[in-house]
Amino acid sequence: MNCTDFLAKLTDYFDGHIDPALLAEVKEHIGCCHHCEVVVDTTRKTIEVYRGNQTYELPEDLHLRMKDAVMKRCLETGRLPDIELKGKKIPSPEEFIKEQSEI
Amino acid sequence: MPARSARKPTEAPDLEAAADDILAAAAVEAEPPHPDVALVERAKAGDTAAFEVLISQYQRQIFRTANHITQNREDAEDITQDVFFKAFQKLDQFQGNSKFSTWLVRIAVNESLMRLRKRKTSKTVSMDQDVETEEGSIPRDFAEWRPNPEQNYNQAELAEILRKTIAGLPPGFRTVFTLRDIENMSTEETAEALGLSVPAVKSRLLRARLQLRERLSRYFRKPKEALQ
Repeated sequence: MNCTDFLAKLTDYFDGHIDPALLAEVKEHIGCCHHCEVVVDTTRKTIEVYRGNQTYELPEDLHLRMKDAVMKRCLETGRLPDIELKGKKIPSPEEFIKEQSEI
Repeated sequence: MPARSARKPTEAPDLEAAADDILAAAAVEAEPPHPDVALVERAKAGDTAAFEVLISQYQRQIFRTANHITQNREDAEDITQDVFFKAFQKLDQFQGNSKFSTWLVRIAVNESLMRLRKRKTSKTVSMDQDVETEEGSIPRDFAEWRPNPEQNYNQAELAEILRKTIAGLPPGFRTVFTLRDIENMSTEETAEALGLSVPAVKSRLLRARLQLRERLSRYFRKPKEALQ
């Protein structure tokens, strides 16, 4: 396994979706390539640091105020009648952006 | 005679297929439905308290997702309210083929990208924006980091570093990283929420992770004197 092959398997390696034979090859490569060892360690740390440090959490009072505001809007407006929804799905982001651009 | 002997090979696979179908049906029956299914059904039947429970469960996740994609707290608050309002209005569109939370995330991503697009009136913003760039697809920085490098910064400094760093990613990468690594959604759920294939999610996730790593390295790397 060379560095390019290793990089192609990096996502599966982090996500634990890698078969044992390939995992052994990846580990062997990390063991003998210092650059790839650094990439593994620092990428793992990147994920950890983002997971462990939420930049901003919604405070409880704001959470409750937002929920009340949404419920008020929902109760005032109600649900769209079935006839307007028939056969439609929530579009994927790409489809949605395209739809909005055409309006 | 030839007709009889020719029928035999087709009979055995049919029985096997039938057995597989029965086993698959039993497996589906054995799996308990997600608790959200009952809440959604109650909300569809007019029980607004059930919908309020769904808001309580997912409002923080939707806010975080919108906040990470738009990088703007006020926009994220508006988007979060719009997401639940739209979900309520269109509740009959939710057929239960995916998790309710995945359906909400899809609406949140749509609304967040639209908000970015409105901000940049002269440019379109989409999931594909800048994904063709080669930047960060190959690691260039091989410096080791300090042990627990985040401890060299106070909470506000670290928050600013992380915010600036993720804000520099193209929206398509930032969205995948947010859903997969920050919100801990599975690759399959992320693909479903974004309307992307699983290989496309994996490819964008790899590049998002590598680009963030390169950018964080300037803050987290070991000082040169420590290497000597």
